[in-house]
Amino acid sequence: MPLNQLGNLTPELAAVQAEVEEYARGHGLDFFPTIFELIDADRLNEIAARGGFPTRYPHWRFGMEYEQLSKGYHYGLQKIYEMVINNDPCYAYLMRCNGLVDQKLVMAHVYGHCDFFKNNHWFSKTNRKMMDEVANHGTRIRRIMDEVGVEEVENFIDACLSIEDLIDIHAPFIQRQETKDRYDFSMEKKEKDSLESQRFEAKSYMDRFINPPEAMKKVEESTEEESPVRQLPEHPERDVMLFLLQNAPLNAWQASVLEIIRDETYYFAPQAQTKIMNEGWASYWHSTIMIRQGLTSADVVNYCDHHSGTMASSPTQLNPYKVGIELFRDIEDRWNRGAFGREYEECDDDAKRRNWNADAGLGREKIFEVRRIHNDLTFIDEFLTLEFVREHKFFRFGYDPGNDVYEIESREFPKVKQQLLESLTNRGRPLIAVVDGNYKNRGELYLEHDYSGVELQLDYARDTLENLYRLWNRPVHIQTVLEDSQAVVSFDGSDHSLKTGEPADLDDDSEDAA
Amino acid sequence: MLMDIERDQRRFKQIVRGRIRENLRKYITHGEMIGRKGKEVVSIPVPKLDVPRFRFGKNGSGGVGQGEGEIGQPIGKPGDDPGAAGGAGSEPGDGHFMEVEVALEELAAMLGDELELPRIEPKGTANITSEKSKYNTIRQTGPESLRHFKRTYLSALRRQISTGTYQPDDPYVVPVKSDKQYRSWNDVPKPEVNAVVIYLMDVSGSMTDDQKEIVRTEAFWIDTWLASQYQGLETRYIIHDAVAKEVDEHTFYHTRESGGTRISSAYKVCAELVKKSFPVEDWNIYCFQFSDGDNWGDDNREAFDLLSEKLLPTANLFCYGQVESPYGSGDFIEALRKQYQEHETLVLSDIRDKEGIYESIRTFLGKGK
Repeated sequence: MPLNQLGNLTPELAAVQAEVEEYARGHGLDFFPTIFELIDADRLNEIAARGGFPTRYPHWRFGMEYEQLSKGYHYGLQKIYEMVINNDPCYAYLMRCNGLVDQKLVMAHVYGHCDFFKNNHWFSKTNRKMMDEVANHGTRIRRIMDEVGVEEVENFIDACLSIEDLIDIHAPFIQRQETKDRYDFSMEKKEKDSLESQRFEAKSYMDRFINPPEAMKKVEESTEEESPVRQLPEHPERDVMLFLLQNAPLNAWQASVLEIIRDETYYFAPQAQTKIMNEGWASYWHSTIMIRQGLTSADVVNYCDHHSGTMASSPTQLNPYKVGIELFRDIEDRWNRGAFGREYEECDDDAKRRNWNADAGLGREKIFEVRRIHNDLTFIDEFLTLEFVREHKFFRFGYDPGNDVYEIESREFPKVKQQLLESLTNRGRPLIAVVDGNYKNRGELYLEHDYSGVELQLDYARDTLENLYRLWNRPVHIQTVLEDSQAVVSFDGSDHSLKTGEPADLDDDSEDAA
Repeated sequence: MLMDIERDQRRFKQIVRGRIRENLRKYITHGEMIGRKGKEVVSIPVPKLDVPRFRFGKNGSGGVGQGEGEIGQPIGKPGDDPGAAGGAGSEPGDGHFMEVEVALEELAAMLGDELELPRIEPKGTANITSEKSKYNTIRQTGPESLRHFKRTYLSALRRQISTGTYQPDDPYVVPVKSDKQYRSWNDVPKPEVNAVVIYLMDVSGSMTDDQKEIVRTEAFWIDTWLASQYQGLETRYIIHDAVAKEVDEHTFYHTRESGGTRISSAYKVCAELVKKSFPVEDWNIYCFQFSDGDNWGDDNREAFDLLSEKLLPTANLFCYGQVESPYGSGDFIEALRKQYQEHETLVLSDIRDKEGIYESIRTFLGKGK
């Protein structure tokens, strides 16, 4: 059976799918087989609440999410048009009550996403059988819940989710630790051997005299001293979840749950890293396909209405769809005109730059290359230009504590770009690493926040430490900067404490955002 | 495919309810939920449940936006959800509330647990009967939706057999109009215990909006609790300064007079109301009086007479809450205390401020009457 018949599309929609798929292939998009499922709004909300996976493990936050989505939908405030899962085959959901043009638009959009999932490098390490994997996770957690009780497992999941952001997003691409085989006991054996080698051979009844216990004890102590004191962790470890998995006193089911949550976090991380690009790319393709091929004159108004609805931008919120599609178009245009390279960069004449045309015709090729190798951070870093920022009226805003408002701070290109890069660094989350797992030699956990100008929210940090304590079972600390001076926030199981130190060294706050 | 989002949803609601229960004291003292009361549910604003994470705060945060505007122009408050694509600190931490709907009955149960309120024993055998419709009979006419298929079929069959039109080898049964039977109802008398709550409030100049807010909050909880104890609960409102009158709920909370205070006037209106509409044999009567206690000196005597003769003998419970106003508190409560000492059905409570609401509700309803 051809794949496009696996879903439950009506014959009409199946024909549309075949048509759109053909167009997409014609443009050189390269995607996994894609299965569309036609479902009701309620079910779509259910699936969306679970992050796209119907069989995910049970947890109250999905219920909360669902409550909000379905309320929003029933009050007519929001509507999910499309949802697509990075998997091979790709699953996409269509809402039954959408009009035919909408479905066509959504399909074109989905093929853009699928192509991106398959070809973007940052997705290359994600599990392409995640649908199955998540179902397995669900089953495992349900089974654990049956064994130890729902409440206990759910509380533990809450604690794990608290540190969900604390992963090392680059880890899939760099081998940071030597993979140690858990069945490789050679090291221990060697240690034992060194002790054994000091021992003379003796019959058991003579052993006490030939290898006198006092002497042996001395030998043992001396070898202990010699063995290098190993720091834990040897290097600051950003993958706090991994560190806990390896070092925290977890029992089997707890480790299992933590591992599941870590797996899913790593799976979702590239989507947070490529929001602008992914949506931009999909929007670029739905608009290209629809305008060039998909639309009949009867549908134009409907299409335009929905397309512009997606692209709407508000003053306080950059719309990733809008920024993405415009940047891709800008890149295509520049590379078509040959407006890149040294000669172009060095040209000062604004008019000349604007009308630059070397007929390079490399646009399409370039954007395909861009979608292959970049993530949002490098995408913005590389392709956000002064002209683009001016044309689209970007500005930087900041918090004014005096008036408790956000204010427009600047329209200067470097500042805007810097701000944007900062907010994309590490998916907009604080950079935090474990620096010491045996702090004060008392088995306490010491984290360090790599301060870059924005403070942590203290109440949240405290609550997070409480959850972290539940995993580590010994006092936990995080070093950060509050009001320009170094601070250590701690939780010892019953009390919170805050130690502020000398003013922090703020010289290096012009840190490289990458 | 198995989909147990409903389980997640139930679990979520359970957690939220747990939260409300934990913080009930706070909700009791703040009148947040009044005005969000529907017929059977209240929607309660609860802070959005959130998994705590390390995240950026407001200080030093910012983002990138798009559009017109001068430098220095404010574009939004934290909490309005500003912030760029994943902007640092773009997720505001505060100001996020969810509305959670809780059935009034459930809320009453929580209140009962929290304050350890005894269930109320209705007074005597004072029952009145109300009529309830019950579908327990058959008629020849009625809407098609109520047609009783089996009986209609039987009577059609009977008719066909008796007229000889029924053929066993071709068993068509066609009902005609006279065969049709419909379900119908009878009015069944049902005993019911009813209660009425009469609120009396002093609206003289010395009662400010803050005091009224306290009264309103108390009244909400009293209603909630009593409604859970009786099938039918009526509420009546009486305001007074030097003269009293019965009013509706809105007027009750929004009237402000400047006159003096004559508590006896309210007692008189209340006694008349009870006599006219709520005969003691049929009703459980609850009176709640709120005042700042500043009665005209010569009025106390008359008030006590009315109270002793008319009100205390009829009411299950007569509660007096003295709300402290910025002009100080009067001595009516002291006078009452002296006059009645330990009276069975008279409950007195001093409400200093909002925090006092909690204790005062416990005092009022703790008697189980």
